[in-house]
Amino acid sequence: MELIKRITRGNTRAIARGISVIENNSDTKEELIDGLYPFTGKAQIIGITGSPGAGKSTIVDRIIQFERNNNKKIAVIAVDPSSPFSGGAILGDRLRMQTHATDPGVFIRSMASRGYLGGISAATSGAIKVFDAAGFDTIIIETIGVGQTEVEVIELADLIILTLVPGMGDEIQAMKAGIMEIADLFLVNKSDIDGADRLKSEIEYMLMLGPENDKAHTPQIKLVSAKNNSGTEELYNTMFKQLTLFKESGLLDKRRKERIKMEIEHIFIDKLKDILNTRLNLKENMGIWIEKVYNREIRPYNFVNKKMENLKKENLL
Amino acid sequence: MNKKIRIVIAKPGLDGHDRGAKYIARALKDAGYEVIYTGIRQTPESIVATAIQEDVDFVGLSLLSGAHNELFPRVVDLLNSQNAGDIVVFGGGVIPEEDLAFLKERGIEAIFRPGAPISEVISFIESKTGSTAA
Ligand code: B12
Ligand SMILES: Nc1nc2c(ncn2[C@@H]2O[C@H](COP(=O)(O)OP(=O)(O)OP(=O)(O)O)[C@@H](O)[C@H]2O)c(=O)[nH]1
Ligand SMILES: [Mg+2]
Repeated sequence: MELIKRITRGNTRAIARGISVIENNSDTKEELIDGLYPFTGKAQIIGITGSPGAGKSTIVDRIIQFERNNNKKIAVIAVDPSSPFSGGAILGDRLRMQTHATDPGVFIRSMASRGYLGGISAATSGAIKVFDAAGFDTIIIETIGVGQTEVEVIELADLIILTLVPGMGDEIQAMKAGIMEIADLFLVNKSDIDGADRLKSEIEYMLMLGPENDKAHTPQIKLVSAKNNSGTEELYNTMFKQLTLFKESGLLDKRRKERIKMEIEHIFIDKLKDILNTRLNLKENMGIWIEKVYNREIRPYNFVNKKMENLKKENLL
Repeated sequence: MNKKIRIVIAKPGLDGHDRGAKYIARALKDAGYEVIYTGIRQTPESIVATAIQEDVDFVGLSLLSGAHNELFPRVVDLLNSQNAGDIVVFGGGVIPEEDLAFLKERGIEAIFRPGAPISEVISFIESKTGSTAA
């Protein structure tokens, strides 16, 4: 596949096309990802998440600058939500990063969630592989503005940054169970406005109450004003210090293997769904089944078990 | 296959009038397109780099300042020189009637002026892609 070769040489148009192939679920998608796979595994992948408007894109813009000062090549995947009504989207994250638009060491790609839940898009993991194989040192994923439970970025990134802003103290309480648990680095942004210190103490308190963690796992908290560019350099250094710690402690490998497990499971489940769809002709039959279950003519488990038995008998499973 | 039409909406030059561009961006989103909005004060170079990285099908330029005869063709030329001449360029804003022929000749395939209904913009995009957004 010519495209694979061009991507591994870092050709901009090829990288852009490769991501589209994955995003559009084209016929060549599997061949592309498998072809790129041997070239992946080198990039450091950082996920940045947090509520809408917390300042994620502004922070990414700052991180890009520090990476460029160190002569690193950096790619950004910025996900914004698709409209559930029209299927369209306004992808506005890169607006805050446009000063880097013409820098050949920076590649920014916007992605619409296209109905995928969890704060990312179905194609995000594939896009990471394209950038990784193309030789980018660092890949940043900016999730959509998330609530409590959209934590799927953890299945993609080596390090998770959660962006919080003053004035959401009550939300912290609510968040405890979900998104707060996945953060390696708590970033209190907008420290130029009131309440940032209080928020920091609240997070500290919350972490104290949490389960005992090993050293590599101890989450960091950083006060930052992305707008005024204060605290950003320390944030940047902390990120990479943490990544080094993860590498040394074996946590990074553990996470990456966990991710491969999830990926393999996802692929199996997708393929099995395809098989079920065609073998059982779900498209046509589902309506009929719904009616029957609705009218209590059949019971869900009993019905599905019978269908599965039939498939097995016919050696279709 | 699940191809979506992707469009960059961009404002080249120093013009700060962004209502029209934002309005068009939102309307195209509502019509089912994926719109990358880059904000004001973009150079033709940054618009072209964005279009290529984002692998878009269209670049829509908006200008109310009067610099369209210089900046719009520059975007077309840069796309061509970077092997991205397949990307369709169109535009809108305060653009006098007498400039339309020149812009067309320089590769801006359609211009929509104040009061142009969004349905016309959508028809244009559909005529170029041969399909609807959804
Ligand atoms: C509102 C306005 C402002 C606001 C802008 C607010 C903002 N954030 O946008 C303010 C007060 C800030 C402003 C300032 C100025 N303005 Co003013 N402003 C206008 C005004 C009255 C309306 C523009 C507008 O918002 N229209 C509503 C939107 C929805 O319409 P639109 O942008 O035209 O978009 C439509 C179409 O053009 C088209 N379209 C536009 N873009 C695109 C893109 C694509 C891809 C497509 C498909 C379609 C499309 O579709 C839209 C919907 O139909 C116009 C006069 C006029 N009637 O146009 C003057 C006007 C544009 N301004 C003008 C001037 C001179 C200025 C100033 C230089 C004044 C000064 N001396 O300070 C400053 C410059 C500001 C700057 N930084 O650039 C002149 C420009 C003259 C020229 N072209 O030669 C105009 C034409 C007034 C005039 N008759 O003199 N302005
Ligand atoms: N006061 C203040 N404002 C900030 C700071 N960082 C970002 N902002 C502003 O917050 C707003 C949102 O910033 P973004 O970077 O777009 O936030 P985001 O989290 O990427 O937003 P979404 O992607 O839409 O969820 C913008 O108006 C920024 O200028 C900061 O440190 N202080
Ligand atoms: Mg953002």
